[in-house]
Amino acid sequence: MAEHAGSRIGQIILGIIVLLLSMPLLVMYIWLVESAFSQITYGIIPQGFTLSNWRFLWEGFTNMPSIWRITWNTLVFAVVVATIEVFIASLTGYALSRMKFPGRRMFLSLTLVLHAFPAVTLLIAIFYVLLVLGLYDTLVGVIMVKAALELPLGVWIMKGFFDNISWDMEMSALIDGCSRLRTWWEILLPNIRPGIAALSIFAFLSGWSEFLLPYIYTSSFENFTLSVLLRRLVGDFRFVDYGLLTATGLYYMMPVLLFFIFTQEYLLNIYAGGTKGTTV
Amino acid sequence: MEVRLERLSKHFGSVVAVDDLTLHIKSGEFVALLGPSGCGKTTTLLMLAGIYRPTGGEIWFGDRLVNDVLPKDRNIGMVFQSYALYPHMTVFENITFPLKLKKVPKEVMREKAQRVADMMQIGHLMDRRPAQLSGGQQQRVALARALVKEPDILLFDEPLSNLDAKLRLTMRGEIKRLQHDLDITSIYVTHDQVEAMTMADRIAVLRDGRLQAFATPDELYNRPRNLFVAGFIGSPPMNFLNARLTAQNGQAIVEGNGFRITLPEDLGRKALSQAQREEVIYGIRPEHIRLDPDGEVEAEIYVIEPLGREDLLDCRLPDGTLLGVLVPSGHGVKIGEKVRLKFQLDHSQLFDPHTEQSLLWN
Ligand SMILES: Nc1ncnc2c1ncn2[C@@H]1O[C@H](COP(=O)(O)OP(=O)(O)OP(=O)(O)O)[C@@H](O)[C@H]1O
Ligand SMILES: [Mg+2]
Repeated sequence: MAEHAGSRIGQIILGIIVLLLSMPLLVMYIWLVESAFSQITYGIIPQGFTLSNWRFLWEGFTNMPSIWRITWNTLVFAVVVATIEVFIASLTGYALSRMKFPGRRMFLSLTLVLHAFPAVTLLIAIFYVLLVLGLYDTLVGVIMVKAALELPLGVWIMKGFFDNISWDMEMSALIDGCSRLRTWWEILLPNIRPGIAALSIFAFLSGWSEFLLPYIYTSSFENFTLSVLLRRLVGDFRFVDYGLLTATGLYYMMPVLLFFIFTQEYLLNIYAGGTKGTTV
Repeated sequence: MEVRLERLSKHFGSVVAVDDLTLHIKSGEFVALLGPSGCGKTTTLLMLAGIYRPTGGEIWFGDRLVNDVLPKDRNIGMVFQSYALYPHMTVFENITFPLKLKKVPKEVMREKAQRVADMMQIGHLMDRRPAQLSGGQQQRVALARALVKEPDILLFDEPLSNLDAKLRLTMRGEIKRLQHDLDITSIYVTHDQVEAMTMADRIAVLRDGRLQAFATPDELYNRPRNLFVAGFIGSPPMNFLNARLTAQNGQAIVEGNGFRITLPEDLGRKALSQAQREEVIYGIRPEHIRLDPDGEVEAEIYVIEPLGREDLLDCRLPDGTLLGVLVPSGHGVKIGEKVRLKFQLDHSQLFDPHTEQSLLWN
């Protein structure tokens, strides 16, 4: 009993500490939401409820394509980046985990180095490459760059998941009559679903919130993504309309929040029970 | 299907896992690959399955050279130690997976699956997933999956070592019976010699990738060709004593520290004709030694290990060597007691200490 009471008190203390630490974050989010729905705020105190900050949803922004176009761009960007990344990473991860080939070790260390490499230093070089390829200021170009920069980590993650699947199962499939590719598709992929789910989610979130690459490699309005739009709202010469800014920010954040709430539950689910009984 | 391995070898970098292995396995035969951990049993099996490519040598299935044949084209069934079931499929899907890949019609597939499943007594578990089965049931599913495609050859890699002792005994009998009924050439890897002795028609004993012996259980037990086989087969293991072999008055005398025996005539003649030096290693199994007041060897009881029906006595010879002796319980001797031991001399084994080859059976 005493022990129980002790752990209860410990938990409460821990809870308070966590609450205090996350306070600044919490306050910022509260302000964001308040501000998006009020005419003006004094500190954290909102004043005058209004929906006019959201008029961009139907009126659009001055001198810019409609918010829907920009949202669509962002969605395409994130989804395509995630798809490319998961597809290539799960093939490459498989090869690196399962096959012996010359240069395998070097490839592995290279992906690590590439991952550790600050992407910013590559910006100018990539700019020229895109220019030469005629992909500057296209969504396709930015998508390719983003996917390429994210791939090293993705490959490592997928390799880790493949490493955890027993060879026996794969051998068994080969003996049962599968080709290698079919084994990959029918036996291995279903068993690394948690990995694929996790990588897809992280890749999507990372794509959705990417700012630097679209900001640098696109210039036309029709290629804007939401993050670039936000930057425009702050950076334009006119005074900053905080109401509009926070409303747009909230709008930008909402899908991610929803997505996260749902996928988090899903992730927890598959980690807690879905793969029980996997032969290791 | 007859299986022949001709001078088969497999190297992993500098590790020689299998070395110059030649085995001819008859059609319908049940062969066990027996040996200590790391001796190359699994490697041999995986070469048979087509997973590993041999470094040298040839594998023949009947009159087909299969060195370059893909696993899927070898028509093999394999059961793994880990069962290697597909966790994302139901039992039914697991069993029918090989058939699905062969594009067998649905109806036929269902019927065949049901038949093997019933044979393996898992017919009622078809909708479960592997995670919802006990180890023994998983084992049966793995077996059913290997059998369903009516393979020419069955490969087993220590399939029973994850089961508890009782279940292992049951499955041992069932697999043997199944193999007998279906008459499929089977190769069974194990490091458990009891398993090998009880199940196999012939046993190939491996050590460090080299074949030590390939013979029937009876022959391995009674006529071991070398020291390793003699010591490896049989439990509790054979006793070995350093001794000298001499001819006196036309009789073969084996003499060691504290004992002196005269070999039976036929054994003595063979031993004397084979021996290249006086030193020999004398071998005798614990079950071939008795307590007997007229025995030729004097010893002191060092430890008594009751095994149930029998007791294993560790007896200490005057020079300190320990000798295992298997006697029926109820012998009445106590630790520290002085006893005399009688060897059943017609079960004597003799080995050359340098070549480690038998002086009797080569
Ligand atoms: N893929 C591999 N790469 C490198 N060495 C290997 C590989 N597979 C096996 N070996 C080595 O080859 C030798 C034989 O291995 P093998 O797995 O055939 O032994 P085993 O007889 O099956 O042993 P166990 O009873 O422990 O399963 C061992 O020394 C092992 O370390
Ligand atoms: Mg093995």
